[in-house]
Amino acid sequence: MKGGGYFPRDRAWHPPPCAPGYKSSVLRSPEKPLIAHDSTLSEMTGPVFGSDRLGPLDADLIRNAMVDGEPVGPRLLVHGRVTDESGRPVPDALIEIWQANAGGRYRHVTEKYIAPLDPNFGGCGRTVTDAQGAYRFRTIQPGPYPWPNGPNDWRPAHIHFSIFGRAFAQRLITQMYFEGDPLIPHCPILNAIPDPCAVESLVAPLDRNAAMPMDALAYRFDIVLRGRRQTPFENKTEGS
Amino acid sequence: MPQPLNIWKETPSQTAGPYVHIGLTPSVAGLQGPFPDPGTEIAGPAARGERIAIEGVVHDRHGAPMRDCVLEIWQADARGVYNSPDDPRYGERDPALFGWGRAAADLQTGLYRFETVKPGPVPTPLPGGRTGVMAPHALLWIVARGINIGLLTRVYFADEAEANAADPILSRLEHQDRRAALIAPREAAVGAAPPVYRFDVRLGGPHETVFFDA
Repeated sequence: MKGGGYFPRDRAWHPPPCAPGYKSSVLRSPEKPLIAHDSTLSEMTGPVFGSDRLGPLDADLIRNAMVDGEPVGPRLLVHGRVTDESGRPVPDALIEIWQANAGGRYRHVTEKYIAPLDPNFGGCGRTVTDAQGAYRFRTIQPGPYPWPNGPNDWRPAHIHFSIFGRAFAQRLITQMYFEGDPLIPHCPILNAIPDPCAVESLVAPLDRNAAMPMDALAYRFDIVLRGRRQTPFENKTEGS
Repeated sequence: MPQPLNIWKETPSQTAGPYVHIGLTPSVAGLQGPFPDPGTEIAGPAARGERIAIEGVVHDRHGAPMRDCVLEIWQADARGVYNSPDDPRYGERDPALFGWGRAAADLQTGLYRFETVKPGPVPTPLPGGRTGVMAPHALLWIVARGINIGLLTRVYFADEAEANAADPILSRLEHQDRRAALIAPREAAVGAAPPVYRFDVRLGGPHETVFFDA
């Protein structure tokens, strides 16, 4: 499909670069305004990732770092669809996720939180959306954890998502939260988003119909990437 | 009430956080697998064009190196064709160039480095149905703890003065003295190593890097 530029980002829907409640953002945000321009060919294109480079366990975080047993914690299926702002499915979108284990501990060289590592859990996975834009991961419910921002700030349980659409203009990193988590209203990172409706769009509902009986609960997290203008007035014959 | 437009809202961005390496560059986090770090080969050995490296440090508003950031690059091949079906010249692309790369800054020094080939000038549609030519450049996208929405900038090359002077994006900067922050100087090649274009990124201050909303 050929088209024009991508819909401009609604920057008021996203967290502002500098959100003083999230202290790290103050020194890690630009001082000057962004320079806006319509998408050029550089932003209208992007890398294409085939599913051929995926391994059989890449989307199964329950098993992809297993050493000698099942990882600890509630077993989950996380699934959803990637569409664009016009509602069209985005196939072949690479999704990469990472998360803490059930105790809220990340497997990372710089992490020193007291909660233990799980020898059978790594915390990263990836997949590619199918022709309908659908994806699914199997994983463990991540735990909340404390972080040095305010004197007693805790992150709600979350899974980090990195998504590629078909254009670099659509590149997005976000976090998925869990319905009913009491820490959500207290999170400075989530509350950097000004619009409560935008905050809610990051909270995945429990999806009982998708649960795997006697195995895993399910949460559904749909993702919307930027849409693209159509160019019906271009002076070219369709299909030529 | 007018008819509804039925436009969905983009999923809001959230910071990649301090543990971004687990998901994007697992080996830097200390993970062995489950898969190798993606994006380490931008240009295969057979790729056309001059072999180069792009390296630098991202500095916060206080001037400190952001040693935990992760960067991605997206570029055309030596003849200015992107490895994407949405490039009208896709059929002429260099099959040895993937065009996308990812690197974590060094956790001790903050230095990032990409090894690739130098991209060519890129024709692009411009508003009003015109076509323009962009000087050789690479998109650079930066995420880290404290970055609420990925920062997009462009790396241009200092030895392309003529093309840079005519570039439609550089030309639209209101403050033309900011161009310098987008143009990477070329350092002398040492031995057999590829020449290095140095591209430091600065948040804040009079020499702040230009970031785009595109």
